[in-house]
Amino acid sequence: MKASPVHSSKPARLDALFGALADPTRRAILARLALGEATVSELAEPHRLTQPTISKHLKVLEAAGLISTARDAQRRPRRLEVSALAAADGWFEPFRKLWEARYGALDRVLEEMADGAPPPAMKKAKARRKP
Amino acid sequence: MTAKPPASTISITTPSDHELSWSRRFRAPIARVFEALTRPELVRRWLLGPEGWSMPVCEIDLRPGGRYRYVWRRDRDGQEMGMGGVFEEVSAPTHVTFTEVFDEAWYAGHALGRYQLVDEGATTLLVQTMKYESREVRDGVLRSGFEAGIEKSHERLEAIFSE
Repeated sequence: MKASPVHSSKPARLDALFGALADPTRRAILARLALGEATVSELAEPHRLTQPTISKHLKVLEAAGLISTARDAQRRPRRLEVSALAAADGWFEPFRKLWEARYGALDRVLEEMADGAPPPAMKKAKARRKP
Repeated sequence: MTAKPPASTISITTPSDHELSWSRRFRAPIARVFEALTRPELVRRWLLGPEGWSMPVCEIDLRPGGRYRYVWRRDRDGQEMGMGGVFEEVSAPTHVTFTEVFDEAWYAGHALGRYQLVDEGATTLLVQTMKYESREVRDGVLRSGFEAGIEKSHERLEAIFSE
């Protein structure tokens, strides 16, 4: 299988990727493009931003490999590069798994707390608590 | 069509290039979630390490300037991994901020952590944020998760649930 640019783990590439994802407007643009390709003016509309501002965001996203420009010379619609986004998600995977495991255990703790009758150790700790 | 929102998956975002934020919704009222996040006898039951590691030390002095200390120990050979820090703001039940330093730094410097809880009635949204000293540090944390073996920890939990 051909490695995607992100999987080659070049630090500069990753910096661009994380930098691109760090901005809420850019994440909103990606969310919009997940529904289908869109032109610059279509992308600018919901944000009430000027086209030059949106274009600046699009440049950052394109440099990170997250979007590309379709060949339609007139409309130049942007589209999501799904593979780059999947690679970013894969990058989060060990972290996500750790916290999924922890939160799964936390769900169980919360359920037991809801059942009332706290275990004796809990009662003792409560008694020791300072006001 | 359920009355309660489904147990949500974790949503991970990068609010700035030094920060990492992740959130998850819990089916419990805010006061109970706050307790589970801050009482040592409860924290040690969910703040898991890799498989084969236990958490012999979990001390929490929950007040501004109070310290906390967590130690995980590999049962097989007694190898330990510890971390701790100081609470800065403590505002039950909505937020806690703290510093975080590992004994054997697997990332550089210290980080600032924050638990933020959003009261949704029967459910609570927990937003955890960590601010690292640099983007490189943050990306390293994302990459490694905790250390090797985290996936095992996940599998172990699934095994427990399916028993």
